[in-house]
Amino acid sequence: MGLNLFEMTAAVAGLVLMVTGAHADQRATLIINGELTIPTRAAAPAHLTDMDEITSGWLYRTDETQALGMDDFDNPSFVFVDVALDLFDKVDGSQGKACSSCHESPGDFAGLTATMPRVNADGMLETTTDLVNTCRTERMGAEAWKYSGGEMSAMTSLIGLQSRGMKVNVAIDGSAQPYWNKGKKLYYTRVGQLDMACSNCHEDNYDVMIRADHLSQGQINGFPTYRLKNARMNTTHGRFKGCMNNIRAQPFGQGSDEFKALELYVASRGNGLTVETPSVRN
Amino acid sequence: MASGVKPRVKVPKTAAAGSAITIKTLISHKMESGQRKDKEGTVIARSIINRFTCEFNGKSVIDITLEPAISSNPYFQFDATVPEAGDFVFTWYDDDGSVYDTRKSVAIG
Amino acid sequence: MELSRRETIAFGLGAVALSVMPFRVAASADDVIAGFTGGANVTDGGVTLTAPEIAENGNTVPIAVAAPGAVAIMVIATGNPESAVVTFNFGELAASQSAATRIRLAGTQDVVAIAKMADGSFGRATSVVKVTIGGCGG
Repeated sequence: MGLNLFEMTAAVAGLVLMVTGAHADQRATLIINGELTIPTRAAAPAHLTDMDEITSGWLYRTDETQALGMDDFDNPSFVFVDVALDLFDKVDGSQGKACSSCHESPGDFAGLTATMPRVNADGMLETTTDLVNTCRTERMGAEAWKYSGGEMSAMTSLIGLQSRGMKVNVAIDGSAQPYWNKGKKLYYTRVGQLDMACSNCHEDNYDVMIRADHLSQGQINGFPTYRLKNARMNTTHGRFKGCMNNIRAQPFGQGSDEFKALELYVASRGNGLTVETPSVRN
Repeated sequence: MASGVKPRVKVPKTAAAGSAITIKTLISHKMESGQRKDKEGTVIARSIINRFTCEFNGKSVIDITLEPAISSNPYFQFDATVPEAGDFVFTWYDDDGSVYDTRKSVAIG
Repeated sequence: MELSRRETIAFGLGAVALSVMPFRVAASADDVIAGFTGGANVTDGGVTLTAPEIAENGNTVPIAVAAPGAVAIMVIATGNPESAVVTFNFGELAASQSAATRIRLAGTQDVVAIAKMADGSFGRATSVVKVTIGGCGG
């Protein structure tokens, strides 16, 4: 008697998720530049009823990869932060302005990324990327940057750096609630040829090896992140797209309502973790 | 000239005369290896930084030959002796003929 | 310049011959090492190669080499399509004959460091680096 396609897929998925019981490196402490201690564990926020502890993706990486994130020179992200610093002062658009024409320095954005995405005065859910592009198009008269392109990923890395060391704290109630509910539903919905939801790996099987990859909780407290795999900055929506491709699902668009809602929900799973942007991952 | 190529170097601002210092350098560069193919199956041509040099007051510290197996955003760490105050000059040579350079001064103290 | 029919055909055949030959013939790891050593004898030791046992991602693998008294150190990735990786030539103001960098490895393989010493002799260190494939192919 043959297995139907669903059963076969589930069986294959089960084989792939080998349970080796490999544990996150318990002893590893993230100290940057020998002076900035970044907690990589925290109590799970109240809305996560099935988990006690939330952990940063840093803990699941090899010693060598962890080391790259412990020094702001060894961390290749910072050359892209330098690129963003140049862009911050660069005049662009019909109004003849640069970011620095209105914003004294990137330090103006201290604490912003820790609370993003958030609902604006018009009731729309906005990401940091949206804020940058709104400024560019409406106030600078410049063209919007590609959502996950080089300039935007560099700029959101620079902005995220201004929240490094602060606790992730995104609002999930009030006007944010409908978006959060939508994001939560997406997180738990199986999609694609492999018929998997985000939760299947990142809630049900974190700390387990999937082939040779050590699964993390899929937290985004370190995004944008420099991935060794493609040697560049990677954004949350870029990663969501990659993950959906891996499940052989049709990804939602960069900057789409679905990915923004998902970003809010995933960020909230990290409420209490510490912003690590810009981080280094595999 | 390849676009968006940006050097980044870490050199201490001061050093004792005759002491050894550690230098770290990185440059943002794709290092297109010549192994990749595009959607139509055509090989994407090699385009890398092929040489990096560091000199201090005109004397060689290190001269590195890079091949396509050096990762994107080439990173090098090495040690240099600082005999006197002066300037480190870092130079990267691109396959396409471009030359990128940056310099850092070191005082004795 | 007027070309005779014979010359035109010869040019054409030459062009065809060039396009049929591989653009660049990859030298084997042994050839690359021989190119560096000039065929001289290489003994184990005299150089240390630090590389991870398991590379988290083959696209960016941190390595370090050190060979006190060396003039140059070459790194070869024996399993890469082109095995030469990098050659460090130490100048008079090099405080140590050591360096670190990040390399690409196409798959699990032996990575070899060959040091050329000041007296013309050569030393060698070898490390096996396991290169893994990610989870969902991502």
